Amino acid sequence: MSSNIFILLRQELLLSLLIFILLFIKIGKERSNESILNLINGLLLINLAAGLFGMTEGGIFNGMFNTNAFIVLEKNILNLAMLLISMQSYAWLKNHKQLAEFYLLLFTSLLGMFFMISSGNLLMFYLGLEMSTIPLAAAANFDLAKRKSSEAAMKLILSSAFSSGILLMGISFLYGTTGTLSFDVLTAYISNNPMQLFAFILLVSGFAFKISAVPFHLWTADVYEGAPVAVTAFLSVVSKAAVLFTFTTILYKVFTPIASVWYGVLVVLSIATILIGNLFALRQDNFKRFLAFSSIAQVGFILIGISGSSQAGSASLVYFVLIYVFSNLAAFGVVSVVSALAGKENISDFKGFYKTNPFLSWVLTIALFSLAGVPPTAGFFGKLFLMMAGAAKDNYGLIIFASLNMVVSFYYYLKVVKAIFMDENEAPIQKLNVPGITKLAMYICMAGIIITGLASLVYDYIYSLSIGI
Amino acid sequence: MNLSLLILLPLLTALLILLSKQLAQIRVIGLVGSLAQLGAAGWLLKLYMDQRAAGNTATYLFETNTSWFKALNINYHIGIDGIALAMILLTSLIVVAGILVSWTMEKLSKEYFFLLVLLSMGAYGFFISLDLFTLFFFLEVAVIPKFLLIGIWGSGKKENSAMKLALMLMAGSALVFVGLMGIYYNTNTFDMVEIGKMGISLGVQKFFFPFLFLGFGIFAALFPFHTWVPDGHASAPTAASMFLAGISMKLGGYGCLRMAALMPDAAHSYSWIIILLATIAIIYGAFATMMQTDLKYINAYSSISHCGFVILGIGMLNKTSINGAVIQMVSHGLMTALFFAAIGMIYSRTHTRMVAQLGGLLKVMPFISTVFVIAGLCSLGLPGFSGFVAEMTVFMGSWQNPDGVYRAATVISAASIVVTAVYILRATGKTIMGPISDEHALLSDATWNEKLAAGLLIIGILIIGLAPFLINQLIMPSTDFLMINIDKAITLK
Repeated sequence: MSSNIFILLRQELLLSLLIFILLFIKIGKERSNESILNLINGLLLINLAAGLFGMTEGGIFNGMFNTNAFIVLEKNILNLAMLLISMQSYAWLKNHKQLAEFYLLLFTSLLGMFFMISSGNLLMFYLGLEMSTIPLAAAANFDLAKRKSSEAAMKLILSSAFSSGILLMGISFLYGTTGTLSFDVLTAYISNNPMQLFAFILLVSGFAFKISAVPFHLWTADVYEGAPVAVTAFLSVVSKAAVLFTFTTILYKVFTPIASVWYGVLVVLSIATILIGNLFALRQDNFKRFLAFSSIAQVGFILIGISGSSQAGSASLVYFVLIYVFSNLAAFGVVSVVSALAGKENISDFKGFYKTNPFLSWVLTIALFSLAGVPPTAGFFGKLFLMMAGAAKDNYGLIIFASLNMVVSFYYYLKVVKAIFMDENEAPIQKLNVPGITKLAMYICMAGIIITGLASLVYDYIYSLSIGI
Repeated sequence: MNLSLLILLPLLTALLILLSKQLAQIRVIGLVGSLAQLGAAGWLLKLYMDQRAAGNTATYLFETNTSWFKALNINYHIGIDGIALAMILLTSLIVVAGILVSWTMEKLSKEYFFLLVLLSMGAYGFFISLDLFTLFFFLEVAVIPKFLLIGIWGSGKKENSAMKLALMLMAGSALVFVGLMGIYYNTNTFDMVEIGKMGISLGVQKFFFPFLFLGFGIFAALFPFHTWVPDGHASAPTAASMFLAGISMKLGGYGCLRMAALMPDAAHSYSWIIILLATIAIIYGAFATMMQTDLKYINAYSSISHCGFVILGIGMLNKTSINGAVIQMVSHGLMTALFFAAIGMIYSRTHTRMVAQLGGLLKVMPFISTVFVIAGLCSLGLPGFSGFVAEMTVFMGSWQNPDGVYRAATVISAASIVVTAVYILRATGKTIMGPISDEHALLSDATWNEKLAAGLLIIGILIIGLAPFLINQLIMPSTDFLMINIDKAITLK
């Protein structure tokens, strides 16, 4: 039994170990930032690699914590994203005094997400969620000198607390009507009972806050803008992905009996999210705000996929998140390097970028094309499969709406590409010296963007593991 | 022959271009690569004709079918019939010519040639696809290169034109996508061959056919979604204009044709709308061209008119008219590419495309002027050139339709030829005849690469014009196959 715990909790334990190592580094003798960063990146690589082999299925702590191949895969994706973010923030962290704390906060948050994804009980879920949120608020405040950064942290913590409160209320209603918090037992008691529907709506609202679905998205842009780029990347990719994974699990496992109800809710949410996300993204100049709204729109597409509630639905979700990790992190990587080395974060600053930084320009362009869903990038396949999963319900109106919105999103992504390649600029961003490790991360992202799409192996593998209703 | 070669050759060329350094290297790689494509296409033609001569009556030859996304029943299914082969030949000719006219492209030459080759890859992939998903994939692959080619290397208000073109084409793809979803969820497959066999229920056809036809129609400059054409073509650099008008608009026409064959009932019941839109495009395009003063705009607007014939031929839904539509696609592709090439050559020397500022070019550049005249005469449908054969076939096919309204549409469309003659003769006359301005008096004639490019395209035009039975031999058996389903649908009515 005890060895079993080690195997099942492997990824969580490894991450905790990393946290302890970091603490020792912090209290140990003074080291150069470069050496710490290299060490951490090495450890993260080991952490990622360790998750890749030997997947056992099982539950511990009385079903509080479950794991199986699919969940391990989801955690691996998050590990990958963490590693990429770390590699890409090299230039920023190299001169930062509190770099150990930065990693401590992100690792703790990631650990919380792991527990949340694995949770088989609403209590465990809530615990994981809180554990993942609170460190993030501190991380958002990491640019201590900037007022905007602390504003972002304040907004994040307040809105998170609010949404957690709503979630808790939903959970307690559920508990009140069913007398249990365990996923497996809950399903049997779920029905169209008004109290439970109310609880369900509260829960969905809580989730919608975390994944910044409209109309619960208001915190997103400000927080993304104020937080350091690395934290923004973490928020928009890792944190969102983890909540989406959990959301899908809870919908598919717990709320199966009222699938028709949440189907309607998801459709409404996705329509609002895509529309508002797109409309606001059209007019942004700050790159981080731009990516914030574009990521809101992306979440809308993800919701369409989830609403398919089939095996293809959850497969396309994980598949899209994997692609989203590559594409969004490639975009954030470029923004992060530019912000760290040139101190510029506006789209208009990127005018004439191609003349001085062809490599970064191509990375950014390909990433944006992938986000827009243009072949041959993986984003094309990701978006199409999400919509295909959604269309399985014969809801063609939704598909028409979503495809036309893809054209709108195409416009704002192209606007950035236009600025990079076509616009003239008297004083473009100077030639940047990109650290080798960041370049490597970008190459990984590029390879991911091309391979994940064209090689059907990836999708077939995810599909074989995923579950439907 | 494995048809994937047609995708792999451009891909390999593109990769080699990325690895090379100077223009001298890049353009040689591009030329060798495109000649290899032309060789492969020619070889394919020989194999195809041999197979047909040997009595192979399968609808599609050289089929390969491998599973791509197994879980979703998406296959990489490729194969060609005579129509697709004609399009492949057209593409390969234009690619060679396009590379040749870009011989001295100094600005970011690596990216330029890379994108050109990528664009051609999308076209080849599109024409060989028998699976609707791969078809859609390649259709969209070709959009981004167009955007970048126009936006970076173009002239005039290039950014706006590029954006307009990209967005309209993406909107077209979005409509196509909706249609594809409709087909997929009612047949559980993307395979055109299988769908053709099992047929699609009438309700589904009627609901989704408009999406597909309009979607592809945007690519083919269907009225009223033609507005990307003039700006896009006029702003694009020469080779990109040639690709756009010669290849890319054909993607739309070809797609429309395939969709009409796939959903014959819907195509039949909506045919009056298709014909109406096509007639408007023909007339409107012709009259709009009259008002243009810029050579590129003249050719772009006349393209709208000429592509209207393609749609008209498809809309008439009979064997002759569809044959005509296919020939018109090939003919217009060659002719308009030649036209744009000639305009590009003139522009690169005189730095103006305004008809009013040009004149007497025949004296200083006899070769270019001759090319220009040939393109013009082909455009107005002079016998002996491909344009005559194509338009004649379309009209003959259209007239077979005894319905009065359809005949009226035919007559009106045929009348547009007169308008065409007016604007073509006016433009060519003003440009190459008359007194030459002093600034242009010392300009030089075409270089070897330009001569070669024009020569290739002219040979294509002459082959169709003088020996139309050759192309008929190639495409007729395949239109027969298309007609089986369509005739069934019409007789059911």
